[in-house]
Amino acid sequence: MNTVIQVSSVSKSFGTHHVLEEISLNVEKNEIYGLLGPSGAGKTTIVKMIAGIETPTKGSIQVLDTFMPNLYNMTRIGFMAQSDALYTELSGKENLEFFASIYGLKGKKQKERLEHTASLVNLTDFLKKPVHQYSGGMKRRLSLAAALLHEPEILILDEPTVGIDPVLRQSIWNELYKLSEAGTTILVTTHVMDEAEKCGKLGMLRDGRLIASGSPKELKESTSSATIEDAFLYYGGVRHEN
Amino acid sequence: MRTRALVKRIIRQFIRDKRTLAMMFLAPLFILTLVNLVFSGNEYEPEIAVISDQVQLTELLEKTDEAFITYENSKIAAVDIEDEKLDAIVKINPPSTTITLEGSNPTANKAVMVTVEKALKSLNPENNQQISMKTEIDYLHGSAEMESFDYIGPFLIGFFIFFFVFLIAGVSFLRERTTGTLERLLATPMRRWEMVAGYVLGFGVFTIIQSAIIVSFAIYVLDIMMAGSIWFVILITLMLAVTALSLGTLLSAFAKNELQMIQFIPLVVVPQVFFSGLFNIETMADWLQPLSYLMPLTYGGQAIRDVMIQGGGWSQVYDEVLILAGFSLLFMVLNVLALKKHRKL
Repeated sequence: MNTVIQVSSVSKSFGTHHVLEEISLNVEKNEIYGLLGPSGAGKTTIVKMIAGIETPTKGSIQVLDTFMPNLYNMTRIGFMAQSDALYTELSGKENLEFFASIYGLKGKKQKERLEHTASLVNLTDFLKKPVHQYSGGMKRRLSLAAALLHEPEILILDEPTVGIDPVLRQSIWNELYKLSEAGTTILVTTHVMDEAEKCGKLGMLRDGRLIASGSPKELKESTSSATIEDAFLYYGGVRHEN
Repeated sequence: MRTRALVKRIIRQFIRDKRTLAMMFLAPLFILTLVNLVFSGNEYEPEIAVISDQVQLTELLEKTDEAFITYENSKIAAVDIEDEKLDAIVKINPPSTTITLEGSNPTANKAVMVTVEKALKSLNPENNQQISMKTEIDYLHGSAEMESFDYIGPFLIGFFIFFFVFLIAGVSFLRERTTGTLERLLATPMRRWEMVAGYVLGFGVFTIIQSAIIVSFAIYVLDIMMAGSIWFVILITLMLAVTALSLGTLLSAFAKNELQMIQFIPLVVVPQVFFSGLFNIETMADWLQPLSYLMPLTYGGQAIRDVMIQGGGWSQVYDEVLILAGFSLLFMVLNVLALKKHRKL
């Protein structure tokens, strides 16, 4: 069994508002799994539940064979939220130091990881600057660095490349491939169709339902579409006919 | 230790935010100084006309107090009192004595009555040919020099510390939520109690400094009356600050933004002013009185006053200090529970 994340018939509602209905999906080790869907489809709610912040109304979620939420498991997950959760009064370095010490990284090890992740996202020269002087893209990169600090086995990224220029986006994806090869399982959400092509496996989410899943190639072939967008339209249309 | 990481971060953030630092440390000093100036202004000196057939008596009165001026003609006096040159006219035509007050200013009225009373008292023994007897006025607490500020000052110290800490801590914790960093923290293995403890300790460092500054300022610069030990006052204000801190962070869970946090001030902070001893609780409606037991400031204000005016020590204040500690603990526990809304674990 190499299934790292197992979501079984999960539903989530806030009051009478049903956000997710009967979602089941599996993410295998080393995989880059992309959750694709328009905003409001429920992507963030799913990843929050997998990260252990939210709990499902129905169904269950297992991460690394343990039911979530589980505090120990949270040390094995790196989470990058959709909004840049950074302390803007502090410098980039101070932000990273804070998150590193929360994960118990100290002294030499902390310094080492800090330098490594900062260079990974091209921020080494800006670490001393207070974060409120950062551009949107820099903040996203710092958030990513913060999620990578403790070398998590699972990386959950909620819309990681919003507002990042294409060159840097490419370098972030290259880094994700490298991490994946090294054994990290990555779950990423996106609403950008062309970015979805970069994932090993895709789950298409619309109105709180998983309308299709498979590799980008499979999804395109089985619907004889030229692009992921066409495939998404196809699956979305099928549901409407029901 | 995750709490330590949080404490360190809060301290760093706070030091960057110069304006909030100033609000916490300097604003209370500014207001205290202002109140001091307002309440310890010079005493009102009344002008009182004395009209009497007995020249002896008017001379005597003039000697006892500068306020008395002999007028020969009651018509001139009547004009002067109309022009507000005089505060009162005292006509002494034994056996009757009439006092006419100008009457538009309560402060002046009071000052006149006090002056006249004092003067007549000091004249009386001689008039009655009795054995000269000095009236002695003893003060159980305070003294003849005690100003209103000495009485309300201890309460104000407590109030301003409570107010500013409540607001700053509440808004900071709220901002953690609105900027998404709370959620980010909840994706880490940090426990809810570690978070609450981190906040209390991180801000606690600044409240210690704040308490020390405000109390020293009131005592050494504003020269407020201080009968007991400054350390007890600092201890009590610190406990009050921790209570405000834990209450502020707790209530921020029920506010959506900064404005809503400020809306708690009339609901939570202002009522404490009325119940915390600045006004007489005994004269309130009976059903209202028990409310004062629910207000942390009741205990804080009482304890500070016990020390500053009555010179009380540990035996006088320990119960209030313990109650404040109890309040803080209660609010912290409630906050840990309130955070469950954001993460069950």
